[in-house]
Amino acid sequence: MDLSAINPVLLIASLMVAATPILLAAIGELVVEKSGVLNLGVEGMMIIGAVSGFAIAVETSSPWLGFIASAAAGAVFSLLFVLLTQVAQANQVASGLALTLSGLGLSALLGQNYVGIRPPQMGKLDIPLLSDLPVVGPILFGHDPILYIGIALTAGVWAMLKFTRAGLVLRAVGENHDAAHALGYKVIRIRILAIMFGGACAGLGGAYISLIRVPQWTEGMTAGVGWIALALVVFASWKPWRALLGAYLFGGVTVVQLNLQAAGVAIPVEYLAMSPYVITIVVLVILSADKSSAPAALGRNFHASR
Amino acid sequence: MSVPLLSLQGLTKAYPGVVANDSVSFDIGEGEVHALLGENGAGKSTLVKMIYGLVKPDSGQMLLRGTPYAPPEPRAARGDGIAMVFQHFSLFDALNVAENIALGMENPPAMKDLAARIREVSESYGLPLDPYRTVGDLSAGERQRVEIIRCLLQDPKLLIMDEPTSVLTPQEVEILFQTLQKLRSEGTSILYISHKLEEIRTLCDHATILRLGKNVGECTPAETSAREMAELMVGSTLHTPERAGRELGDVALDISGLSVPAPSAFGTALKNMHLSVRKGEVLGIGGVAGNGQDELLNVLSGETLTEADAVKLNGAPIGQLGPVERRRLGVLAAPEERLGHAAAPDMSLIENAMLTGAVRQGLETNGFLNWGAAKGFAENIIEAFDVRTPGPENAARSLSGGNLQKFVIGREVLQDPDVLVVNQPTWGVDAAAAADIRQSLLDLADKGAAVICISQDLDELMEISDNFAALNEGRLSAPRPAAGLTVDEIGLMLGGAHGMEVAHD
Amino acid sequence: MIRLEKRPQPSRAWSLATPLVAVLATMLFGGVLFAVLGKDPVEAIRTIFWEPLFGEFSFYYRPQLLIKGAPLVLIAIGLSLGFKAGIWNIGAEGQYIMGAIVGAAVGLAFYPYEAWYIFPLMVIGGALGGWAWAMIPAVLKVRFGTNEILVSLMLVYVAEQLLASASLRFLKNPEGFGFPGSRNLQSYESAFNADLIEGSGMHWGVVAALIAVIFAYILLNRHMLGFHIRLTGEAPRAARFAGVNPSRLILLCLGMSGALAGLAGLFEVSGPAGQISIDFNVGYGFTAIIVAFLGRLHPVGILLAGGLMALTYIGGDIAQSNLGLPSAAIQVFQGMLLFFLLALDLLTNYRVTLRTSEVA
Repeated sequence: MDLSAINPVLLIASLMVAATPILLAAIGELVVEKSGVLNLGVEGMMIIGAVSGFAIAVETSSPWLGFIASAAAGAVFSLLFVLLTQVAQANQVASGLALTLSGLGLSALLGQNYVGIRPPQMGKLDIPLLSDLPVVGPILFGHDPILYIGIALTAGVWAMLKFTRAGLVLRAVGENHDAAHALGYKVIRIRILAIMFGGACAGLGGAYISLIRVPQWTEGMTAGVGWIALALVVFASWKPWRALLGAYLFGGVTVVQLNLQAAGVAIPVEYLAMSPYVITIVVLVILSADKSSAPAALGRNFHASR
Repeated sequence: MSVPLLSLQGLTKAYPGVVANDSVSFDIGEGEVHALLGENGAGKSTLVKMIYGLVKPDSGQMLLRGTPYAPPEPRAARGDGIAMVFQHFSLFDALNVAENIALGMENPPAMKDLAARIREVSESYGLPLDPYRTVGDLSAGERQRVEIIRCLLQDPKLLIMDEPTSVLTPQEVEILFQTLQKLRSEGTSILYISHKLEEIRTLCDHATILRLGKNVGECTPAETSAREMAELMVGSTLHTPERAGRELGDVALDISGLSVPAPSAFGTALKNMHLSVRKGEVLGIGGVAGNGQDELLNVLSGETLTEADAVKLNGAPIGQLGPVERRRLGVLAAPEERLGHAAAPDMSLIENAMLTGAVRQGLETNGFLNWGAAKGFAENIIEAFDVRTPGPENAARSLSGGNLQKFVIGREVLQDPDVLVVNQPTWGVDAAAAADIRQSLLDLADKGAAVICISQDLDELMEISDNFAALNEGRLSAPRPAAGLTVDEIGLMLGGAHGMEVAHD
Repeated sequence: MIRLEKRPQPSRAWSLATPLVAVLATMLFGGVLFAVLGKDPVEAIRTIFWEPLFGEFSFYYRPQLLIKGAPLVLIAIGLSLGFKAGIWNIGAEGQYIMGAIVGAAVGLAFYPYEAWYIFPLMVIGGALGGWAWAMIPAVLKVRFGTNEILVSLMLVYVAEQLLASASLRFLKNPEGFGFPGSRNLQSYESAFNADLIEGSGMHWGVVAALIAVIFAYILLNRHMLGFHIRLTGEAPRAARFAGVNPSRLILLCLGMSGALAGLAGLFEVSGPAGQISIDFNVGYGFTAIIVAFLGRLHPVGILLAGGLMALTYIGGDIAQSNLGLPSAAIQVFQGMLLFFLLALDLLTNYRVTLRTSEVA
């Protein structure tokens, strides 16, 4: 065992990388839940994003196109959920599960020919001087662009919810869809847009795993990250900055346990590997006492009758 | 006569199986307070939804100051100067007053300016409001103010008010009427929807009466007696429930020093409550919505458990017993919310009969269910309470509100309770069915049962109660004999104007 | 313009018809999918649905149907009780694993001693293992209000790691030449869940599944507890009013579904699988969710749906070896089935009307 091999600067830098997929998916789901919809299909949308982003990046040799494709694929795939819950009025829990189950199958099918390939690399941010700074440089200025997009997205969603009319309307729809409808807001349309945004974010998060974090394609590679993102939204009490904090916390746990595995700590690998999931449960338990900030209409379908 | 502000001409709207509005025509003049009068289900809501752009008429047209008016959505209606204060469903509990108001406006100013405007307008109309308070924490009267201010900020030409006084104490109604009169004097027209005749006589210049979707008459309320209007509205003469002179027996149910914390963020805590009801007595409990009615019913039905001796039946503690044990002992309840609380919407009437009838009607043995007996019980209820339905196999939600209410009340009354607690027994029920329900409660008391009737309808309580107590912010006033109570006294028991002052001009 | 109108009450006819229509729609769109993959769609569908039942080697595949179907039905019955009450246990996969680990551990603890009571003890161990794993989300939900969906799912990943640990460490076969995996229970007579009739595929798990179906049917239709389960799902407040204790119901429903999933794991590990190994679980716990919905959460429906789903597994395997159809295609096929079912459920509760125009 050699704990001194763990470099704290690299640890923090890789923690941010590990946190980004969770953050992206969680921010998307946060917007979806703010609109009053519970989409349990995050895992499915992520893996669809992972495989399509990977495939497009490989085919076009452009990681950027890969990411764009992953967002589009996630959004399109989320339309299935829209169809079930917003059009066919199906139960949101069951529909989310359907999305996840079919996403896992479909991604395996789509990704058959991409197993074992290395994707094109995305360049890291390289600002002269800044990126070369000791400690601060690798932590703050040495990452890929998507990581910064994730943080920017967090800020954007926060500002949108807090300061804009669009954010106010979104919150209103999630709070009381009947009242929003009575005031003339298009509940279903707003929710569809939110769901598609969630799908796009989940897709990006998935592609981040397959293109940057790992980077390669394997079946079922999201391994529960989508579910952790769902837990994170609860953890964050539907507040974007807390989602960022939570994502870094989970990213930290993941990275530390991987480092411990590599350092050959005397704890069996399986117990280290299960730690992120166990910690998710522990955090859920600690935070589930406070549900007051949950959108009041969460999980309820809206059908305009008389 | 000048061109009316809004002219409705032959508006018709049909839904599968029911014509909600059948060729309804009338005019609303400039600066007029126009009453739209009708029973529940007469088609008032559908009509105003058409004016507000929420529903499109099948045929007929509307003219706004002589030009055709057909709002495709509420936004357009608001743009044309039509504003509406809803009875339900239009506020967002978790948002603050200013945010709620901004949502109802087309182009709201920045939040800070809006807040200032809200302060200004609300003061000038005698309805002071703090723009930064969370709406969920407001009283019913204050919540209504939010809706009214939301409308007033847009300088409406026509203000639609749907049953605005049903959530107010008499003193609060007084304040509201002053506001409305001020608006009228400024030239705003008001379409005032209600079934409370005395109010309409005090406030309105003109009235249109709807029955079963049709315009059945117009009148000038100040010159028409309440009785005439009632008969136009109901279409027949009503019989008032009869009560035989009753001897009250021993105390059946007793609550002493009961305090229960609020069940949720926007619920009401019950505070140091004392209550006792005797055999043969009808105790009426009045109060404005949201002052602890649901919470009190839950404590009595056994859904909320309390310290054992906080609730006593014939002197024995029952506070720790759940609903099933209480039913076994003869304490029955009928909650306010029919769909989802008193009955399961998608289940059949047979299953809904089983819901509360299992213990006392012997519908189960050792946990195994006797569906045949449950069907028999459901048929009994349908028969005895004249519930209109094709049969007991039908789902609860397929029944109209009034019929389902008869089923829900009948289900408890037919189980021969020793104590029956009902909450809003005639809410949303037409006048004839309401009279039947009240009569059944009185008959039950005649047979020696103790009845607690929680209601927001003061007329109803005065009609059937022996004693009257009021709920106000989770506190219960000392009961007083119902006979001889004046409106003012009742109003004060209900909490007066809830500390809401009229701003001074 | 298409409009939806809520029916006054759910249509019974559509409620029965939707699973059938969903299966047909899945065949249709599945056929398109297979065609896109370059396979003859008719041949592929025929291979999946016909070959296992009536094909040349059906004598081999028919018993397989029971072997695959039994765990699906057993788990789905348990899940359906919770789903009906609005309690979402989606971690049956984890409970299945834990049932297998505990059950196998009980058996292996006696090795090589032979006795008639070893297998019954293993069955109890399996049920308890699954039950205990399901009690974690149940107790957390009751005590802290924690979301059972997320907790039960997280526990699947934890169980998978425990499974790895079991096959690499604490249940590893000491005579296994260092390979991962436990001793093979098939060669330990007292612990072997053998076919009751040689070669029929009819092992104790099949019997347990049938008993579970009958038990669930009686519970839901004839017993107060079943009525309370349905009531809680339909209208939670009305259920409280009827006297249901929600906490007790959560513990019961999650407990029952955990125990049944645990049983399924035990019967699998002691029979068809034979040993604890890293890749012991194959997703029955997730597929059972599809089975539960496809069977409309009705015990008899689940029995039929379990059979159908087993058919697609076996047919899929055949199509994979005969036609080169990728195994993932079958996963997609199963996902599609759930998708169509949920979408078509609309017709049970809503009437779809076509209107040419709307009078303004």
